Amino acid sequence: MPNVVFKVGDDVSTDVIYPGRYMATVLPTETPQFAFADETAFNAKLKARQVPPGSVLVGGRNFGCGSSREQAVSCLKGHELIIVARSFARIFLQNAINLGLRMIVCPEIEAAEGDELELTAGAVVNKTTGRQFSVEPMPQSRQVIIDAGGLIPYTRKRLLAQAAA
Amino acid sequence: MTVVEKILARATGRPSVKAGDVLEPKVDLAMSHENAALVINQFREIYQGTPLPPRIWDARRVAVIFDHRVPAESPKTASNQKKVREFIGAQGVGKFHDIRGDVGGICHQVLPENGYVRPGYVVVGTDSHTTSHGALGAFAFGIGATEMASVWALGTVLNVEVPPTIKVIVKGRFRKFVGAKDLILHIIGRISAQGANFKVLEFHGETIRRLPTSGRLVLCNMSVEAGATAGIVPADEETARYLREEAGVTDPLEPVLPDAGANYESVLEVNVSRLEPQIACPHTVDNVKPIGQVAGTRVNQIVIGSCTNGRLDDLAVAAKILKGRKVAPGTRMLIFPASAKIFRQALGKGYIGVFMQAGAVVMNSGCGPCLGIHQGALGDGETALSTTNRNFKGRMGNPQAAVYLCSPAVAAASALTGVITDPRKS
Repeated sequence: MPNVVFKVGDDVSTDVIYPGRYMATVLPTETPQFAFADETAFNAKLKARQVPPGSVLVGGRNFGCGSSREQAVSCLKGHELIIVARSFARIFLQNAINLGLRMIVCPEIEAAEGDELELTAGAVVNKTTGRQFSVEPMPQSRQVIIDAGGLIPYTRKRLLAQAAA
Repeated sequence: MTVVEKILARATGRPSVKAGDVLEPKVDLAMSHENAALVINQFREIYQGTPLPPRIWDARRVAVIFDHRVPAESPKTASNQKKVREFIGAQGVGKFHDIRGDVGGICHQVLPENGYVRPGYVVVGTDSHTTSHGALGAFAFGIGATEMASVWALGTVLNVEVPPTIKVIVKGRFRKFVGAKDLILHIIGRISAQGANFKVLEFHGETIRRLPTSGRLVLCNMSVEAGATAGIVPADEETARYLREEAGVTDPLEPVLPDAGANYESVLEVNVSRLEPQIACPHTVDNVKPIGQVAGTRVNQIVIGSCTNGRLDDLAVAAKILKGRKVAPGTRMLIFPASAKIFRQALGKGYIGVFMQAGAVVMNSGCGPCLGIHQGALGDGETALSTTNRNFKGRMGNPQAAVYLCSPAVAAASALTGVITDPRKS
């Protein structure tokens, strides 16, 4: 079961997740080094590979607000983090679906760094505190993109269908 | 139906749609800036392993404007710009604005001033402030690079959930030195940075009808700071005037207006007649206070410009305040017009000379200082007062610095004193 490796509050912007000064870097293979670059302790742990893949980052409401920069998603995906937040900003949420970053909308989530979480289809169970929080299901319209493995394979499928028609 | 519902019905060929419906609307205009470099990668990836050649669905509907790091600050940026130039040349994209003193500028000014955006359009852009274009009665929203690659391939945006709309009714007359920026900061402070998340802000009322397109662009630009998918002003006579007289549009316009019985999620009423200049304090845009509560705060750098407040009337009010006076010692002032066209207009009106004689540094159009990626970075412990749109931690290139947001009048008055100053008292 994954542990919470980092916890942030409400309205965490993409400027905090991926500072603008690194925006000239676009390749998903290169963006992970700048994830939370100004949160120096967490960034150092990520870069030293001390954060196991599949670890959880807990966010508050409106996680990923601000800029549409996709690096803010690709940098987290590169570390295979799972984002559990009370709510997400629209563009970040869509980018996460499109790139296949795993995220869970959990409106009441309460968890501290170090807590162990069990992630099931309908709920997040905080094994450390023994409390359970319900999960908002992804609308079908977004789930189809997730199920296709992201927007690139989904669009490819649509293009090929168009060409065949 | 609301304006956005009507636009989406038209873009999908349906008689009607409602909030919550999932649609695949046709795109009328797809805009990118330097991040077209990433869009190109994703676009090519879509075609991997298929027999199809990677062709943009309709090159006439794609716009690319270089504005984020202009002229290039690094070999990496220059190489990305080179790659984009080559790609769009090969694809035949005509709406391309390179780094130039005649037709260059910030995308959210270049699009309207060239008449690329029309009422009723569906506009997508790989920039969150694409909401700006709602000022012309279009449904305009920000998307990521991968989503844009999908748009380039298909010409539609996939799985768009029709957003519910909040009707904003604005009444009253602004007092002197109070305007659109103060209004939108006030609204964001009132409903919070997430108050309109996944929703549309549709602006109505006598104040909006009197507001020129430049001010409407400010409202729609910053609607995203309340989380909104889009801001929109239903097209009216002012929209037509702007497109005809300022953007040179000659073909017929097809304004889309809301139905009398449109279904709004909620209604927000604002009276601006007693509104004071508003300041967004560090480090969130919804941390908004009337100027009286923060007046006197020391500032090291004043910035006037950007896609929010770098238009001719913004520069005019700044010039009026700065004329024959000096930027306070110990404070630096940066001014960057929203487009090359505005720069030239300001030159013609003598504003640029006023700014330089006052001690301001006038820079070329671009986004650099606003998001701390190209010039104008802050030092540790420094404070900026800026007419831009975001004050998140690290925004101006330094997480150890603080950014306050304000109108051009407040910025200019504060430049003279070196502290946050009410322009009505300067």
